[in-house]
Amino acid sequence: MPRHSALVRVTHWITTLCFFALLVTGFEIVISHPRFYWGETGNVLPDQNGWSRYLHFQAAWALVLTGLLYVAAGIATRHFRRNLVPAKRDFSLGALAAVIASHLRLRRPDQREAWSYNPLQRLTYLLVIFILFPLIIWTGLAMSPAFVSAVPAAVTTLGGQQSARTIHFFVTLVLLLFLLIHLAMICLAGFRNRMRAMIIGRGESQEHL
Amino acid sequence: MSNISRRKLVKAGIATAAGASGLGVAGYLAKKYGLIPPDHAGIYGPGETLTYAAQRLLTRHSLAREFPRSLISNPPFANATAPPSDEFKRLQAGGFADWRLTVDGMVARPASFSIAELRRYPSRSQITHLACEEGWSYIAEWTGVPLTHVLDAVGTRPQAKYVVYRSIEPDWWDSIDMGDALHPQTLVTYGMNGGELPVGNGGPLRMRLPRQLGYKSVKYLTRLTVTDDLRRFGKGLGSASPEGGYAWYAGI
Repeated sequence: MPRHSALVRVTHWITTLCFFALLVTGFEIVISHPRFYWGETGNVLPDQNGWSRYLHFQAAWALVLTGLLYVAAGIATRHFRRNLVPAKRDFSLGALAAVIASHLRLRRPDQREAWSYNPLQRLTYLLVIFILFPLIIWTGLAMSPAFVSAVPAAVTTLGGQQSARTIHFFVTLVLLLFLLIHLAMICLAGFRNRMRAMIIGRGESQEHL
Repeated sequence: MSNISRRKLVKAGIATAAGASGLGVAGYLAKKYGLIPPDHAGIYGPGETLTYAAQRLLTRHSLAREFPRSLISNPPFANATAPPSDEFKRLQAGGFADWRLTVDGMVARPASFSIAELRRYPSRSQITHLACEEGWSYIAEWTGVPLTHVLDAVGTRPQAKYVVYRSIEPDWWDSIDMGDALHPQTLVTYGMNGGELPVGNGGPLRMRLPRQLGYKSVKYLTRLTVTDDLRRFGKGLGSASPEGGYAWYAGI
């Protein structure tokens, strides 16, 4: 049995590609007006960034469609319930404290952990998949004057179009923080092995087992 | 083993055929119902087409949000524009009395309107949000004649699919589909916040589409051309925007 199913691997790498495209183009878009506001309006400052909006939306479509496939398959195959929802006993303060302490000591995961996720990882992945990604899609749609003409609540519940833009930016920063920690953890846990697991489905150590 | 791979091959073949014919049908329907933007070619075409098609289906009859008077931005933001041409300065010196809006193309009665004549048509005032692609935005009350009244006055032919509109500034032109052209909030705007439309905000005449980004609201409007084919205009991408790398459809 592979460490990661083919579907998880394929959707993971499409998501990675889209996320980088969105990050680069989002940065390009934001530097044309690097100011943030709260409420409906904002205009303190009065560029060439058309390509970034084209690519931003193309990557957003690919990401949203990939994400829908991943979530639908994750529910159908019970991937979320089996691999991501933490067990009840892991919710105790003691268990979480132990995981955090072992992370702070930069301890390498043991063999058992190479096959499963610890409760902190599980909660982080659930946060990214079910909170941060929906929030970034929602705030993105809330900036569209056409979309909110059909669904005004998408923007009024956020406090206004500029609030949506501001939240969109800060959720991006949280996702970027996740990415940096994700990469650091992969390096700590053994970059080669983890990359093999996510590309071909199995790590080296698993083959020696 | 060979059975399995043959079965797999047949399955893959059927799936590919179904996918290809599905795409073909989708393409036919999209073309028939006007869901393909003029800038659909090229590397960013798929994303742009998905956005335009999805929003056309979702927003066919929806109205842009309108706001209470208390939310009007003070002062209304006017971004920098190119220095006015000599022609513009001459018209401005005359209080824009000689400003004309020419309407031609697929219409029964091509015409030319002064601003005073446009003011005699039923007007509409709406307090809407203007968002620039750069990220800034403001709210103002816009007053003008709905484009649909102007099109009624000249008698748009039934084959019409797009309205091309031009600024007095050279190479500043854009176009919208008939869905947007006949939308009640699409205004040929001559007033703002109870007064005349300031030059900085596009006065004396500006196209305003509150359901798209600010750059679709072309300033210093001088000409409307009704057409059924955008390939005849500029590089055939629907407006000057895609020629400069910006999407034709800016509902975002």
